[in-house]
Amino acid sequence: MMMMDSQKMALRRQRGRIALIASGGLLFLLAAAFFRLQILSGSQYVLRSEENRLRAISVPAPRGTIYDRNGLVVAENIPGYVISVLPGPRDTIAATIDRLAGRLDISPEERLELLAKNRARPNEPLVLRDNAGFDQVAFVEERRPAFSRIVVEPRPRRQYPNGEAVAHMIGYVGEISEPELELPRFEGYEPGRIIGKDGLESQYEERLAGTPGVRYVEVNALGSIVRDFDVGNGTPAIPGEDLELGIDLGLQIMADSIFPEGMRGGVVAIDPRNGEVLLLYSHPAFDPNRFIGGIPFDLWTSLRDDPDKPMLNRVSTATYPPGSTWKLIVSTIGMRTGDLDIRSYMQHVCTGGLSFGNRYFQCWNPRGHGGLDLSGAIKGSCNVYFYQAGQRIGLDAMTAGAADLGFGERTGIDLPFEIAGVFPESRAYFDRRYGPRGWTESVVWNLAIGQGENQQSLLRMASFYSALATGQSPVRPHLARDENVAVRRMGWTVGLSESQRQDLVAALTRVVNEPGGTAYAYRPQHWTLAGKTGTAQNPHGAPHSWFVGFAPVQDPRIVIAAIVEQGHPDGTVSLAVPYASRLVSRYLESIGLPPEPGREPRVAAR
Amino acid sequence: MSWLRRIPGLGDPTLLGLMFLLTGLGIAMIYSAGQVEVPSVATGIWVRQLAWLCVAVMAFIIASRVPIRFLEWFAPWLYGLSLGLLLLVFAIGTGPSGSWLELGPARLQPAEVAKLGTIFMLARLLGDRDQDFAGLSRLWKPVAVVAVPFGLVLLQPDLGSALVFGVILIAALFWAGIPLVKIFLLVSPAVSLLLGFNWVVWGAWFVVLLVLLYFHRPFVLESVAVILANFAAGALTMPLWNSLAPYQQNRLLVFLDPEVDPRGAGWHLIQSKVAIGSGGLFGQGFATGPQKRLAFLPEQHTDFIFSVVGEELGFIGVLLFLGLFAWILWRVLRIAIDTDDDFGSGVTFCLFAVLFAHLVQNLGMTVGLLPITGLPLPLVSYGGSFLLLVYAGFGVIQRVAAER
Repeated sequence: MMMMDSQKMALRRQRGRIALIASGGLLFLLAAAFFRLQILSGSQYVLRSEENRLRAISVPAPRGTIYDRNGLVVAENIPGYVISVLPGPRDTIAATIDRLAGRLDISPEERLELLAKNRARPNEPLVLRDNAGFDQVAFVEERRPAFSRIVVEPRPRRQYPNGEAVAHMIGYVGEISEPELELPRFEGYEPGRIIGKDGLESQYEERLAGTPGVRYVEVNALGSIVRDFDVGNGTPAIPGEDLELGIDLGLQIMADSIFPEGMRGGVVAIDPRNGEVLLLYSHPAFDPNRFIGGIPFDLWTSLRDDPDKPMLNRVSTATYPPGSTWKLIVSTIGMRTGDLDIRSYMQHVCTGGLSFGNRYFQCWNPRGHGGLDLSGAIKGSCNVYFYQAGQRIGLDAMTAGAADLGFGERTGIDLPFEIAGVFPESRAYFDRRYGPRGWTESVVWNLAIGQGENQQSLLRMASFYSALATGQSPVRPHLARDENVAVRRMGWTVGLSESQRQDLVAALTRVVNEPGGTAYAYRPQHWTLAGKTGTAQNPHGAPHSWFVGFAPVQDPRIVIAAIVEQGHPDGTVSLAVPYASRLVSRYLESIGLPPEPGREPRVAAR
Repeated sequence: MSWLRRIPGLGDPTLLGLMFLLTGLGIAMIYSAGQVEVPSVATGIWVRQLAWLCVAVMAFIIASRVPIRFLEWFAPWLYGLSLGLLLLVFAIGTGPSGSWLELGPARLQPAEVAKLGTIFMLARLLGDRDQDFAGLSRLWKPVAVVAVPFGLVLLQPDLGSALVFGVILIAALFWAGIPLVKIFLLVSPAVSLLLGFNWVVWGAWFVVLLVLLYFHRPFVLESVAVILANFAAGALTMPLWNSLAPYQQNRLLVFLDPEVDPRGAGWHLIQSKVAIGSGGLFGQGFATGPQKRLAFLPEQHTDFIFSVVGEELGFIGVLLFLGLFAWILWRVLRIAIDTDDDFGSGVTFCLFAVLFAHLVQNLGMTVGLLPITGLPLPLVSYGGSFLLLVYAGFGVIQRVAAER
């Protein structure tokens, strides 16, 4: 087809115009797309860009310091370092762990645990060591370029200067676990946070923890940290509140150091006026400092499998048959029902035992106590007397009376896992346990001397003796003492007239201060201690040795309850009594209480 | 400026200046692309681009010295050579998709050579006044000229470059004065291929097609052929789609919604949009864009170089680059219009179309308007052989301008 030149040129120009319009339109469209992206949604993409490269790193808050009643440090923070890996590909993280395992003492078990943790939370920094030593930190810092994914942050580390002495009370801290993260209590906690795991650290977590801050680092596409990013959009950590305890740390240390060699047991002391716990110690103890930064696996198994159960808090999470210390509860119930008064005699004198039906019930003293009134029976802890007292009160009044005195409830101390004691609430208990015909009225004999279906904690016994010592409703025992800790009374009293109460107190005074009293040998030098010994039968070996008492008797400042398991081996040496007595003296001395008139004056130095 | 005119083969000094200016800006951006805080192949690579530029300038000079008539005579040989190279790729190709030929220290992408060869061949064919393109069926020759390299490139597989061959065909036919309806009918099966995903839309397309055929009234056989071709293409859509590897499907899908696969195929697009978007009006500053600096932006020195422009120079910088491109394209279009010679004019217009296609596809990809197909940005992206061929193309354009 031939075309004229002018025709061809016209066609060209027409096609050129079309091309110009089409390409111009497309270019305009492109420019509009850039306009939309850069101008209209620019700020949104600036944000995306920052999200891309900025990683928030939590700045741990120092936990509050815990002081004793004299301002001595029970728990504090010392400088420490956390070494963690930034999130990234699993292989890279595994390789990083392997390269550091030798230096950071990561065992193969821990390595698997860490990898599992990373699988569960792939987008969170993974803490490798939260108690890194200076040499470990130096190792990483000197090789910065090789460990660009590693973050080293200072994190205050928990320390207990007298760990063993306060172990069961203070508890310990550790990294929050996966199940704990799900609890409503730990809402808002991020993985890797250090939380109180037991004891006061757990009880007062909200107050002690503080609020962690945030700092930002700039990372590249490979997840390596490039630098700190300081534009002021981080927030500083808010330290936790300090906590003051009613505990006397010196007393606590002494309780640890003079505990009878090779024995197990516990002791608790309370100021009966206000419920402040002065001493709470369980033996054997563990060193909570060794739990910081992850409990080494072998330590954990050795503690768990130790037959002495060092992790058990024998004050609030264990119960024992109260033995003869229970006789004061029987006396109180008897006085309340009118079955007993301080000069009541029983029908049978003590000849070392008493028959009930075809069973013979023994007194601890095979030679017998002879004829005794209540006061004498308390002083000598005569079982034969109390068998008959129990019989006179009757099972129904006994169970009802114990319930009125709060037995079977928790004391409400500010520690986790407190357990309540065991005492039959009524006859139904025995029907349930042994069947309606499986038991006889003789159970009341056993209950009357603190045996049988009767398990009480040291704390519970101390609360009863507080009530007896003051005549008031006892204050719930509490370790922390400040305006934020509610002081609540238990809502029951011993329910005796003042003269009845004084009679019982006088009887308790005789136990310690009169020749022939079961604790006479260990009476304190300067103050009048009143109290009751106990020897609780133990099917697994020698009987447990109990002492519960208070001093000074006129204006009690300390109520103490102590037990030494199997601490009364041959029927003569009751280990709990001298132990408790020395602690009472030490405390009264430390608060500067002058010796009572008529007592030997204190010797300045021995 | 008159002394410039006396240089043989230099027909448009302004175009020359614009070309050098954009190349210079491109090398600056390649330098910036290397300023990253993660070990990267892009570091220091601007020096290599500078070295390539010297070679490219030589190619430009040589191309501008070759008379147009000789080029026309030489076109079949070049076309044959490029087809040979394309076949060679299947035997000894290297590189990520096996589409490179190693030539000693340098690498050559035969698809780029084939673009030039096909343009020359088409321009020669369509400029031949003895040929008659009145009927639709008469277009079989130009279609065949394009179909062979198109098929070979598609098999590599390089979808982006293959589409450029389609653009070349349409551009050449358009410039040769073929009626628009005819071109439309010719490409209609490709549209069917795209619309075959949705039966309703495809049906509507068929109605449009039938109306067009009724008014245009081509030969009956041709009408039947168009209908059948459209039907076949639409029916082929799903089988073809299913024959694609999942990663290929993903690449096409993420263009519709990058968040479908944010860590995989969507990553490039998301990071590119974040880079460009965060540039705002004035940009983050030359060589300091965090997206690029911290290696979030992939291929920042080649296919996604314009994302660096967007991030570091902002909307202002984007407009500057767009303006320069528009000016260059305008000058090229002017030469195509003003040239008497059919072959020279055709070659120039096809080069215009190819440059424009690369520009639109590359920029459209970085902002998410078009799927990611991996076409470099002419004169700006890093890449030696592509720069060389673009310069050779500009050499031819200068020669055409000089001979008009």
